Amino acid sequence: MTGAPDQHKAQRVAEQAARASYGRLVSILAARSRDIAAAEDALSEAFVSALRVWGETGVPVNPEAWLVTAARNRQKNDIRADMVRRAGEPELIRRSELPAEGEAIGDNRLSLMFVCAHPAIDTAARAPLILQTVLGVDAATIARAFLVEPAAMSQRLVRAKARIRDAGLRFAIPQPEDLPERLGCVLDAIYAAFGQGWDSLDTPTAPDALTGEAIWLARLIANQLPAEPEPKGLLALMLYCNARRQARRDATGRFVPLDQQDVRLWDRNQIIEAEGLLTAAARAGTFGRYQCEAAIQSVHIQRPVTGRLNLGALRMLYDLLVAQSDSIGARLGRAVVLAEMGDIALAMAELDTLPTERVRQHLPFWVAQSRVALLAGQPAKAADALSVAMTLTADRALQSFLKEQSDSFRNVQSTV
Amino acid sequence: MQFMLILNETADDFSRRNDPQQAGEYWGGWTAFIGAMAQAGVIVKGDGLHGPHAATTVRVRDGKRVVEDGPFADTKEQLGGYFVIDVADLDAALDWAARAPSAFSASVEVRPVLPPMPAPGA
Repeated sequence: MTGAPDQHKAQRVAEQAARASYGRLVSILAARSRDIAAAEDALSEAFVSALRVWGETGVPVNPEAWLVTAARNRQKNDIRADMVRRAGEPELIRRSELPAEGEAIGDNRLSLMFVCAHPAIDTAARAPLILQTVLGVDAATIARAFLVEPAAMSQRLVRAKARIRDAGLRFAIPQPEDLPERLGCVLDAIYAAFGQGWDSLDTPTAPDALTGEAIWLARLIANQLPAEPEPKGLLALMLYCNARRQARRDATGRFVPLDQQDVRLWDRNQIIEAEGLLTAAARAGTFGRYQCEAAIQSVHIQRPVTGRLNLGALRMLYDLLVAQSDSIGARLGRAVVLAEMGDIALAMAELDTLPTERVRQHLPFWVAQSRVALLAGQPAKAADALSVAMTLTADRALQSFLKEQSDSFRNVQSTV
Repeated sequence: MQFMLILNETADDFSRRNDPQQAGEYWGGWTAFIGAMAQAGVIVKGDGLHGPHAATTVRVRDGKRVVEDGPFADTKEQLGGYFVIDVADLDAALDWAARAPSAFSASVEVRPVLPPMPAPGA
């Protein structure tokens, strides 16, 4: 089969374009029609024909431009069919006025993100919508990230897209007075994407695309809105995490927890950039959730320098975080810090107040439960919690780490 | 894009229309709002409506016409008027809606107008 290498190359380039440019291409295609679902359909058909055509004729010089043109042709056909159905509709004629083929591909991702975070969109749909349309994350993965049933999540996304298509929302960066509220939703979505990418970092089929895209988007927003402190906070938070990436696994691929990591493997440049961003953000004088979370990471990063983990600072930051944005993650973090400081009863009470149906499938909950139980002198309970945690990750290295921990707690128990 | 501003009012708003003490202020508010829209050239059409006391509701059930006095639902806010405006997008329509006097006492619902139906035989 002489065509095989080309076929492979076409497939690889199409996959790369799909991963790297999905949101950029959707935002270009949806900017005029406001119809995100139709833009996604047109784009996926363009990807399918790319696989066929590029395999035969070779990969074009500018694959993205090729995809946009193919998708636009598909959109034009749809618009023509629509015009026959609804004769004499000037709006559709206006929409079909597409720019010249050679036109440079701009970046409308910021506008697309803000339209997804529009106040006229269901609050619960905003961040998932950004993940799907800007970063191309599938509905099932989004459902997992937001602790929601997949069917409910798909329905939420379909409804939100219908609203964007029909309600006439503005595709633009909002006015300064509306910015803080809209920006919060956009940042939440980027962070959720980062978290999702982080969890699947060690899955060979999903390399750093999502974490990289999330950092890229946060940088884009931080640059475009320099007066806003929270984009800097979010970027700092993600850089602190990313800096420790090489240290999460040892030479044999085993999972290494934060307090046992080889700090020489931490990326100094990213840490320095994060510290700088956090300082710059503080100058705006408005504290927010992401600056708070970044500050928590900063405390962890200080440990190797000072030789001890500053629990008092962590406790204060977690209190602030719960006050800023009362999330399950913030409460779990606070519970563990309380337990580490010796306040076991309060930590347990904190864990008990969390809604069972939302945390039952949430790995960090079981890890926190285990740590608090261990500090409370209940190794059997700690081992059981880790046995549950083990079942909630597809990451083999993490699974075996949790299993070893769980086994060692059981041994402690049998020797007592 | 065309949007309908569906102007809801409270029972109190409707009674202000004919109260000698309050009618001037009531109608003045609407005149100013409508004047601003007219000056911006966004109005396609629009009307105020008599209050719910003048409403009659008709239903046809099993081929029989059932007529009732009053609006179709007894709610705290009732339709008091409407405007169809032509603006760029929902955000612009919401900016106008937020200036309507009834947005302060009751609510304004904003809905995009559907494109015209195809002509018969087209």
